[in-house]
Amino acid sequence: MTIAPARPSSPTRPVGGTLVEQFELGLDAPICLTWELTYACNLACAHCLSSSGRRDPRELSTAQAEAVIDELQRMQVFYVNIGGGEPTIRPDFWHLLEYAVGHQVGVKFSTNGVRLTPERAAFLASPACHGYVDVQISLDGATAEVNDYVRGPGSYDMALTALQNLQDAGFDDVKISVVCTRQNIGQLDEFQALADRFGATLRLTRLRPSGRGADVWDELHPLPHQQRELYDWLLAKGDDVLTGDSFFHLSAFGEALPGLNLCGAGRVVCLIDPVGDVYACPFAIHDEFLAGNLLAPGGFQRVWQDSELFTELRSPQTGGACAKCQFYDTCRGGCMAAKFFTGLPLDGPDPECVQGYGEQALSADRTVPAASQDHSRSTPTRNQPVMLTLMSRPPVSACAESPLAGFDPGPTAGCCP
Amino acid sequence: MLDEAILDQAWTLSPSVALRPEPFGALAYHFGNRKLTFLKRPELVAVVRALGEQPDVRSALVAAGVPAAQHGAYADALARLADTDMIRPRETDQGRAVA
Repeated sequence: MTIAPARPSSPTRPVGGTLVEQFELGLDAPICLTWELTYACNLACAHCLSSSGRRDPRELSTAQAEAVIDELQRMQVFYVNIGGGEPTIRPDFWHLLEYAVGHQVGVKFSTNGVRLTPERAAFLASPACHGYVDVQISLDGATAEVNDYVRGPGSYDMALTALQNLQDAGFDDVKISVVCTRQNIGQLDEFQALADRFGATLRLTRLRPSGRGADVWDELHPLPHQQRELYDWLLAKGDDVLTGDSFFHLSAFGEALPGLNLCGAGRVVCLIDPVGDVYACPFAIHDEFLAGNLLAPGGFQRVWQDSELFTELRSPQTGGACAKCQFYDTCRGGCMAAKFFTGLPLDGPDPECVQGYGEQALSADRTVPAASQDHSRSTPTRNQPVMLTLMSRPPVSACAESPLAGFDPGPTAGCCP
Repeated sequence: MLDEAILDQAWTLSPSVALRPEPFGALAYHFGNRKLTFLKRPELVAVVRALGEQPDVRSALVAAGVPAAQHGAYADALARLADTDMIRPRETDQGRAVA
């Protein structure tokens, strides 16, 4: 593989040292493992990082998925982040959830809420889940207008119905998971208010130009002044907000954000896709970052511990063009996937480098790589977002200070009283 | 010093905690509160594993080969692990240990 930046040889692990130094050299098993259970999805979000829509016919069977869980238990991977596609539309999803929890593999799953009926919500809140299940409801706008623009008509109401069902069932501490975009950065306080209303924790993550996200990144990614707005908001109000440590590129503004400020791809993080392919990170579903398949002899453990790609990602980096930047130690060069999918060199600046080096790099000669897979439906669905009209004004006016601004509590806004 | 009082007490790894060996030491995961902690030295891992088998913390430190001069620093580290219930006081023959 030649994908990783040039690195000096002889990676010897220091004794002691910082956790970042240790993590860059890799762990015996991932800390944060994402498992996309299916590429099938009822929605067709414009920015879907896995280009989901249609089920892959080679999807792991129930027995194969159970074997993966058994192996994760042996490797002491204490929890997995399950996503998709929409994982809950796999008929065996609830079985696999119970199987994992019963095998000391906790589950955090991301859903658009489509299957979170009152009955399922009650199941999730029941002792069967041992309090060992986290639910993340995806919502990319604090109002239907902003959310449905990228996630499709009806998706806001669906998410709020799910949140209501979970709250009514007594499910504790659901997460509202938001991908930060140009259209919703102005709604951070509203998102927090929405989370408070449902007794939820807010989770904000970075938009990556991965999957279909590559097609809309130019239009959706936060503008430079919005990145500052986000950074300031996180420092001022983000103590109880989860970020998946995804904003480490913002640390180059000055004060480092809490969490791990490094790219964990292939070091502490990886992704298992629906057919058992293992990629370096959830935002890098591309042949260039494919480490192997867990159905091959040796299983997942062999891919994680011995694959050529992961070994290379764990060897020391030179930092490339970024090494001479005074902020390199805080941002560590940013996100590998963001660079790759915007056609930037992996040892150069992040396309959203807050010191401005990303914009320079984007304006230079570059070739955006072609997608290596696409599971989008070939015909439009009724839920498909229609990104025809760009909003000409901010989603909520600056003087609208009510936490429910823009939210219509009437029956047309869904079933939330 | 308060933390050093721990040296004469009986402690043990919390029953909800699993230790996963790593090249730098171990990763401790608490299934109850879902806290993840990193034990950055193999010696600390050895101490934590020995706690339940030794009459008190000092004996566990000695068993793990930690020099007496470092006992204070290890007491601090153990107190931090106690904050998140990674380790907890153990019932002893003399009655319940006081944290």
